[in-house]
Amino acid sequence: MDHSLPLTLTVNGTRVTSRVEPRTHLIDFLRDTAGLTGSHIGCEHGVCGACTVRVDGLIVRGCLTLAVQCEGKTVDTIEGLSDSGELAELQQAFHERNALQCGYCTPGMLVAALDLVKSEPDASRERIREHLSGNYCRCTGYQAIVDAIETVLAMRRTTAKAAGARP
Amino acid sequence: MKAPAFAYAKPRSLAEVCALLDERGETARVLAGGQSLVPMLNLRVAAADLLVDISGIESLRGVSVTADRLCVGALTSHREVEQSAEVARHAPLLAQAAPHIAHVAIRNSGTFGGSIALADPAAEWPACCLALDATILTISKAGKRSIPARAFFKGLFSTDLRPGELITGVEIPLTPGHRSVFLELSRRRGDYAIVGVAAMAKVQGGTLQDVRLAFLGGGDRPLLAVHAMKAAEGKPPLADLGPALAADLSPMADLDTSARTKLHLANVLARRALAALAG
Repeated sequence: MDHSLPLTLTVNGTRVTSRVEPRTHLIDFLRDTAGLTGSHIGCEHGVCGACTVRVDGLIVRGCLTLAVQCEGKTVDTIEGLSDSGELAELQQAFHERNALQCGYCTPGMLVAALDLVKSEPDASRERIREHLSGNYCRCTGYQAIVDAIETVLAMRRTTAKAAGARP
Repeated sequence: MKAPAFAYAKPRSLAEVCALLDERGETARVLAGGQSLVPMLNLRVAAADLLVDISGIESLRGVSVTADRLCVGALTSHREVEQSAEVARHAPLLAQAAPHIAHVAIRNSGTFGGSIALADPAAEWPACCLALDATILTISKAGKRSIPARAFFKGLFSTDLRPGELITGVEIPLTPGHRSVFLELSRRRGDYAIVGVAAMAKVQGGTLQDVRLAFLGGGDRPLLAVHAMKAAEGKPPLADLGPALAADLSPMADLDTSARTKLHLANVLARRALAALAG
């Protein structure tokens, strides 16, 4: 039976209008309808974090969110956050610290890491680990990922200090 | 896995929600944050013909304080509870428990009322509601009800909620003289609790008064450990509540942890909690 509904939302700054079945997860809508395959699907029950995206500025699980719940909302994916430059420092640090191996978890890791970098500039290594506890890396490259995020936080603190010290 | 097909409605008023739930009966499920319902639908352990999305009912959202109570709206997210200055001040137990709930991305969506309606025996909020002696507020086409949390949880994923009834919020009496501690053991951060305790007491001259110990993971529902509370009442922190807890709790074994181990761990947590309350 067709239960489909009209849906309008903003994805990476662009207004998107479509029809969706209520059972469609946000992550499937983004990948299959909007063609944004940067966000990945792992476990489909909220455990692995590969599908982490931002809805109205907050990180959520794309597999535990229905597309219809996002009517009128603003969704940011790895593509948009990458193009806008918002993720540039983290991407550079992930590259330099070898914080990705197969890369499958990386889009989710970056989106979750950005959330922490923005909200907790003084986050300790322990806090980084806690914040990323919902993102699995099956290559088990956690040390390098935490290193990369720690590097960005330290860099940002140095920049902020230098800016504050200026007369 | 993907969920099977269902219809979706997003009512604009509480009256509309009640009418829909009344009309559609058990074939409709309330969708708040969806952080338990959606995975249950995905895994096909839950089914629904219609999801009634209540997220548009703004009156169900947010934290407010009156002279003698704190009210947490059903739609308030776990993250909002975690970050609320009013919660930290008036019901610090909730702020202490919040970081144990899954992960930030899930806490951003999942709701306070949703967790209580689901009544997962390993969940944090139901045990906190027992310790805080909270009252669950509901509405349905038949009218409003106030249900003491201590009479609300009936069994495994089973509550006093009637068909067509919706949780609107939770009222928590203010207890300015009490200290609180929340402790939980899990294999990894954010995993389901093996066992956990929400503890409160007043401290007078090194002794504990009005001791409250509510356990998650201690049975088929959140449990108030009445024997252990009685044993600890009026005394300095006890080192062993084992025999009392054996009478209070009946933990269920899971793949990793036997019932006996859980009972032992509950005793360890109780000891730590009482010491922390007194210290």
